[in-house]
Amino acid sequence: MALDTAWAIDWVRRTAATIDEHRAELVTLDREIGDGDHGENLDRGFRAVLEAVDAGSFDTPGAVLKVVATKLISTVGGAAGPLFGTAYLKAAQAAGDVAELDADTLVQVLTAARDGIVSRGKAAVGDKTMVDAWSPAVDAAGAAAAAGDSPEQVLAAAADAAVTGAESTDPLVAHKGRASYLGERAVGHRDPGAQSTVYILRAAVDAA
Amino acid sequence: MTVGILIVSHSAAIATGTVELARQMAADVPLVAAGGTDDGGIGTSFEAITAGIEELADAEAVVVLCDLGSAYLTTDTALDFLDDDVRARVHVSQAPLVEGAVAAAVAAQTGGDVDAALAAAASAAGSEADASRASSPSGDGPGGAAPVSGAGPVDDVAASETVELVNESGLHARPAAEFVKTAAKFDAEVRVNGVDAKSLLAIMALALPRGASVTIEGTGADAQDAVDALVALVRSGFGE
Repeated sequence: MALDTAWAIDWVRRTAATIDEHRAELVTLDREIGDGDHGENLDRGFRAVLEAVDAGSFDTPGAVLKVVATKLISTVGGAAGPLFGTAYLKAAQAAGDVAELDADTLVQVLTAARDGIVSRGKAAVGDKTMVDAWSPAVDAAGAAAAAGDSPEQVLAAAADAAVTGAESTDPLVAHKGRASYLGERAVGHRDPGAQSTVYILRAAVDAA
Repeated sequence: MTVGILIVSHSAAIATGTVELARQMAADVPLVAAGGTDDGGIGTSFEAITAGIEELADAEAVVVLCDLGSAYLTTDTALDFLDDDVRARVHVSQAPLVEGAVAAAVAAQTGGDVDAALAAAASAAGSEADASRASSPSGDGPGGAAPVSGAGPVDDVAASETVELVNESGLHARPAAEFVKTAAKFDAEVRVNGVDAKSLLAIMALALPRGASVTIEGTGADAQDAVDALVALVRSGFGE
């Protein structure tokens, strides 16, 4: 399937479903090293996104991404709202008004999303945040596109790298967010935002 | 120049409580609370922050104080959606919420502009001891940084008087705010027991109880008037 408007809408549906499915797990991860609201907040956000997508009509993937952004920003309530919201907003801008994403545009979209998160949250790789999943995903996508892979393969490379990236947060001490108050006690726990990033990118692959 | 203050917290109770606390010392400053999520839970609301800035549209500048991480993130995101001319009026302070709000509100109440309000909030950032140190002028400034006790009188003090605190609660928050408001009416550099008499936090950090001696010193053209007014205020017991 081409990465077109229908794909973007299916990505939203699959994301809402997978976040709902993993809500309890994300709550548990966040309760261990944060304030315990990540699963609930993200689930509420993507339910609102789903309602808006069901209610609207869209001509481009970028238009879908923009609705995701505004709904997440206005409904999530925790740090994930402005962070993922900014990611989708920058992704929408990078997608522009193309009808479908080719490999290079997809890399630009993912890069813009990651850069949006970094500029909003001021986190770097190794701070035990969602950036630890996003950055290797962007790098892998860029390498796959440079090697001539299809958009679907580029997306798969990004999602696979995000899994490894999320796992890399387990042994880290957090330098950003609520977990940074815990010091060494955060070691041994996965960052919930990195894990939800994995689910979001995997949903994009499943929709493709 | 009117300065409005927006309090952004994860908790509606913290936001409204902080507004009430600050309003006690700054009755005329527009203060708006943006706390909690839209459905009344714990979190920060893009809508509430945006609405709060809109509510402060009449203020020439808005100082925003936030509690924890996502309060800053949501505020920054809300600012990105504002028109440039509105955005330019809004300033996010990194100061701790409660102390920063009170300090900024008192600065605004006493006629301070947005820079004064931000500086007052910033002076709340450290410990109390840091705050009183930060509020002192540097060593080469008028009045010097020399403490009054132990180091002898400062050479260029133009007026000085020592009085006893007679009111029940000493120089606690409300009397301290009255003290700052009065001191701010004068151009003179005024110091109380060695700290800046125009810095609410520095004065509160002194924690002076009833019966304590208060030495008020002024330098500058209207120093004598300033010292007289402040001495009269202390002797009046701040209306308690």
